[in-house]
Amino acid sequence: MWLPSYATPGERAGRIAVLVFVVAVLAFLVAPLFVVVPLSFSNDPFFTFPVPKYSMRWYEDFFAGNRWTDGVLNSFLTASLTTVLATVLGTMASLGITRPDFPWRKPVMALLISPMIVPIVIVAVGGYLFFGRLGLTNTRLGLVLAHTALAVPFVVITVTATLSTYDANLTRAAQSLGATPLVVFFRVTLPSILPGVASGAVFAFATSFDEVVVALFLTGAEQRTLPVQMFSGIRDQINPTIMAAASMLLVFSTALFLAVGWLSNRSRAAK
Amino acid sequence: MDTTLEKIKILIAVREAARPARRAAFSLALPLLVFLIVTFVAPIVLLLFTAVNNPEPQAVIPQTLAALERWDGKAMPEEAVFAALAKELAQAQQDRTAALLGKRFNYEVPGMRSRVVSAARMALANPTGPYRERFLALDAEWGSPALWAVVKRNAGTLTPYYLLNAIDLQQEPDGSLQRVEADQRVFMTILGRTLFVAFTVTFLTLVLGYPVAYMLTIAPSGVARIMMLCVLLPLWTSLLVRTTAWVVLLQTDGVINDALLALGFTDHRLQLIFSRFGTVAAMTHIQLPFTILPIYSVMKSIPPTQLRAARSLGAGPLSSFWKIYAPQTVPGVMAGGLITFILSLGYYITPALVGGPGDQMVSNFISIYINRDLNWGLASALGVILLTVTIAIYLVFLRLVGAEKLRMG
Repeated sequence: MWLPSYATPGERAGRIAVLVFVVAVLAFLVAPLFVVVPLSFSNDPFFTFPVPKYSMRWYEDFFAGNRWTDGVLNSFLTASLTTVLATVLGTMASLGITRPDFPWRKPVMALLISPMIVPIVIVAVGGYLFFGRLGLTNTRLGLVLAHTALAVPFVVITVTATLSTYDANLTRAAQSLGATPLVVFFRVTLPSILPGVASGAVFAFATSFDEVVVALFLTGAEQRTLPVQMFSGIRDQINPTIMAAASMLLVFSTALFLAVGWLSNRSRAAK
Repeated sequence: MDTTLEKIKILIAVREAARPARRAAFSLALPLLVFLIVTFVAPIVLLLFTAVNNPEPQAVIPQTLAALERWDGKAMPEEAVFAALAKELAQAQQDRTAALLGKRFNYEVPGMRSRVVSAARMALANPTGPYRERFLALDAEWGSPALWAVVKRNAGTLTPYYLLNAIDLQQEPDGSLQRVEADQRVFMTILGRTLFVAFTVTFLTLVLGYPVAYMLTIAPSGVARIMMLCVLLPLWTSLLVRTTAWVVLLQTDGVINDALLALGFTDHRLQLIFSRFGTVAAMTHIQLPFTILPIYSVMKSIPPTQLRAARSLGAGPLSSFWKIYAPQTVPGVMAGGLITFILSLGYYITPALVGGPGDQMVSNFISIYINRDLNWGLASALGVILLTVTIAIYLVFLRLVGAEKLRMG
């Protein structure tokens, strides 16, 4: 039980108790995620276990009309635009912040991180009032701008973390050999921090793809995203099509998770 | 003397020389800073402004408010005030702004909406004096100095009304502050509930998460990797998927009730969904990884040899843990606990879907006042209260932990 040889019997018993507790907590963490999967394949419109008969009817329902597939398309489009904007802005800012001469680093960092901290409803209501005045509510642009603000902290955190292990002498060497700043960035810096930038991009994508509250306040039927569709579905009339949507989202987020795990292994291998 | 002067000159020269580099470094962050100021800071500033903004009275009845300036606040206002009000309400009736004005005054004086609307209708239908008698004939309350005191204090385009209301205070006609009637003191209850739920969730995640973080540091790497997967996978799973799962689990004929019945813990199905228990359970599940990860990263940096040294010097297993190990994990507990507390304060989706009417948090009421009641001022004022509490705790976090310590995965 991962104890030293001098452990007392009481210690061993205590360790087993802790281990049982930890296994229970881990089960509490993971088990609820998978409850949606069998239900999505159920034939029954009610959420009963064990599943009486398996079928694909809720998946067929999901892909039958435009209601859900439009949501998926809107989510992908919004999240992709957000990812591009957040990754470019966040990576540039990270390059500046990690330089030793950067002024006012602490307050700037506190501001860049604050979209993670400010309650989402405040961002949503503020956006609703402010973008409303600019005529940006019920537009994709407004949603992308708001999502980018929310996604930027994730890019900044991952890219600054990667840059903290980057050897600035590489930049100096390239400069001394006559490379312009842009060439230095694209041919020296970017290749070595690419895994960090890519995980930042995945985080940004996931942030936008999963966001409900701001989308609820800023969008109309035209830009309705998948999470908004799910939220209204659960609130009004929960049905197994939502289970099908949730199961597919679960597969998708697991894929994103594995992608980031692979990227962080690569960046560790690169060191 | 000369050397001090020389030193200062050199320091200035060094700063001068460093300026281009500072400017270059800052200019890289500038686009993002400008972007955030426009898309994130400006909306929040507008929210703060909306919480004190009072445009309706000055827009609809400016001359009445000007005439009221000379009013002594004790007797009934003179005819000129009523005449100005009649003229402006008649115009408002045509512009369809009378109802807006009535709604605004109705927040502070019950019954004002219908009083203003019917007065406006009267003023437009028959614009002849004497106005005071006609207003009083319509509703004797128009003669009340208390009503006119409220109108007069709204002459400014800013008002403390919404912010006071958001903390269950009101301004009396004489200007003094008073708590609102006991049955209307809702917002402090909601704020208290939000803090209580956030505190409960923080406490539960610490109790559940601390042993997990500890086991993560001592388990062999293969086991630890699987454990880490169990911690990170929920973090990556869509918030809505997790909330959907809890909706299904907690249903009256759901899995948890099935299990409780089968194990004989209860003889009837319990109300788990739309309850405080369900809200706290789902929020604890969602926040647990946020608490575990900072604790884990601090524990990882504590050398295991310290515990061995303590044991070899004669400390028992419990006392070596309490005296040597636990104190060193406090920074991680602080970081994890504060992050979970801050994030729990802003929960909206989970209480909306899993909680009952008595479990709705400040965020849910902000949304209700925006969408259902169209009371932007009160919604913004509640936002200001929530933001103030959150920023206060964020500042504690920055002071104790630091923004650069935030890590993902």
